[in-house]
Amino acid sequence: MTEETIQPKLSEPVFNHSNGRLLMPETRYWPTQMWKSPWSLPTYRRGAAVLAGLITGIAGAAWFLGEAGPRVAPLYSAAEQFALSKGVPAFIISVLWTFIKGAILLAAPLVNALFAVWWERKISAHIQSRMGPMYVGWWHGALQTVADGLKLLLKEDIIPETADKFVHMMAPVVVVIPAILAFAPVPFGNELVYADIDIGTLYVFAVGGVSVVGIIMAGWSSGNKFSLLGGLRSAAQLVSYELPRTFAVVPVIMLAGTLNISAIAGLQAGYWGGIIPRWLIFYPVVGQIAFIVFLIASVAETNRIPFDIPEAESELVAGFNTEYSGMKFALFFLSEFAYVLLSCLLMASFFFGGGAAPLPFLDFLPSWAWFLGKVLILMFCFLWFRWTFPRFRVDRLMDFNWKFLLPVSLLNIAAAGLLIWFLS
Amino acid sequence: MLLAYASILILLVIATLFAGGSLIAAKLVRPRVNDTLKRTAYECGMETVGETTVQTNIRFYTYALLFVIFDVEALYIFPWAVVVRSMGAVALVEMGIFLGILVSGLAYAWKMGALQWE
Repeated sequence: MTEETIQPKLSEPVFNHSNGRLLMPETRYWPTQMWKSPWSLPTYRRGAAVLAGLITGIAGAAWFLGEAGPRVAPLYSAAEQFALSKGVPAFIISVLWTFIKGAILLAAPLVNALFAVWWERKISAHIQSRMGPMYVGWWHGALQTVADGLKLLLKEDIIPETADKFVHMMAPVVVVIPAILAFAPVPFGNELVYADIDIGTLYVFAVGGVSVVGIIMAGWSSGNKFSLLGGLRSAAQLVSYELPRTFAVVPVIMLAGTLNISAIAGLQAGYWGGIIPRWLIFYPVVGQIAFIVFLIASVAETNRIPFDIPEAESELVAGFNTEYSGMKFALFFLSEFAYVLLSCLLMASFFFGGGAAPLPFLDFLPSWAWFLGKVLILMFCFLWFRWTFPRFRVDRLMDFNWKFLLPVSLLNIAAAGLLIWFLS
Repeated sequence: MLLAYASILILLVIATLFAGGSLIAAKLVRPRVNDTLKRTAYECGMETVGETTVQTNIRFYTYALLFVIFDVEALYIFPWAVVVRSMGAVALVEMGIFLGILVSGLAYAWKMGALQWE
């Protein structure tokens, strides 16, 4: 055996100008070398052009469509007139209309789950220099999640022998119903809200808290020690992080003076000095601390990395999810992404002015387009965190909440009191 | 305004129909192959040792107790936060006293080691 075969000489990488990849003949190429000057890569420039085109196209379509209210109102009154002429009572019409609105609202978490799972896989892939799903669907694996959902629908349901069968079946239902119900008072644009109730903020936190019961049910009923431990950890984590999350919103309510979420979003319209938007995140110190505490606690509430100790794959084999397969697992997954969307919508309403444009001359776009843009940016942060931070240890996780986040959020309430005293 | 709460009731019906409907639809289309080995608990391929109803750490209970205290406090603080701007300094002082009592409780729990995870 010659020395050359034991230690083969690595050849120099060859830059392929047609597709922008560094190729090392007969060996792997190194992404770090490829990404040293990304703008020189044709693929990078093409991707940026596609992104700019998408944003311009969506903004153009939003500008063309305009606000949702004036578009829907004539349709509704026409349908109402038609139904009244057929002799349908007004009460039945309003109930049917509410059902239609509810079905549209239900589509929000479903479409969000289809999109967010694909987007998360794409983000994770590109962070790790992979391509992610590429084959299902016409463009970059766009229908991958639909295929996954069909697979989950057709998958056999395995219930362990030791499980409590009724509780095991009810747990995903108990998790997913509050996840859908919590969307009721959340605005998607100016006047684009399903149930405009006065106690919206309290309602969202109260209803969202019910999902914890479902998670404990799942953990306890599975008849599996990993599941039990995961369910208990999840319960401890969720109830703990609910406190700073709730207290982080208190300064927002103090400054806005109402619990109605769409009213809080509406109050933030306008600009200081004609340039700085009156968003709550721009209130000195109080706004920023409240936002950061709310963001951290929301990531923890959705059981995502770095706070995913209840379903840590590498130590608890997915925690309370372990014994679930098929559609039941899909419901857990759906509710997780529904809560991500809910947190992003709440943050957009509480801290980023809801449907208000960031600069005065940009207000030709309708409010729902600004909501969509803000929610997508915030959701990108959620998905980005997952692939950037390592997992918290369970004791550090609780310490961080009880010894740091909770005192900080309480101090922030005091700071908001001082700010109000100063303002009045 | 009451109509908005009625629409939440309708949303509850829709959500229940969705959750039940998806489970029933899955039950109609999925295959079913019985296998006793398949129905054992998944514990990394090892056979399950002992029962699942094991004793768990008391820490979970103390955290739950602390949570109840502070969550009730949150319920009190929400209506206060709505009216604090119109009520002025008196409301601020009152809530300061109320929060002070609870925070001293948290400090006591911290000192006694209730927040220590072992």
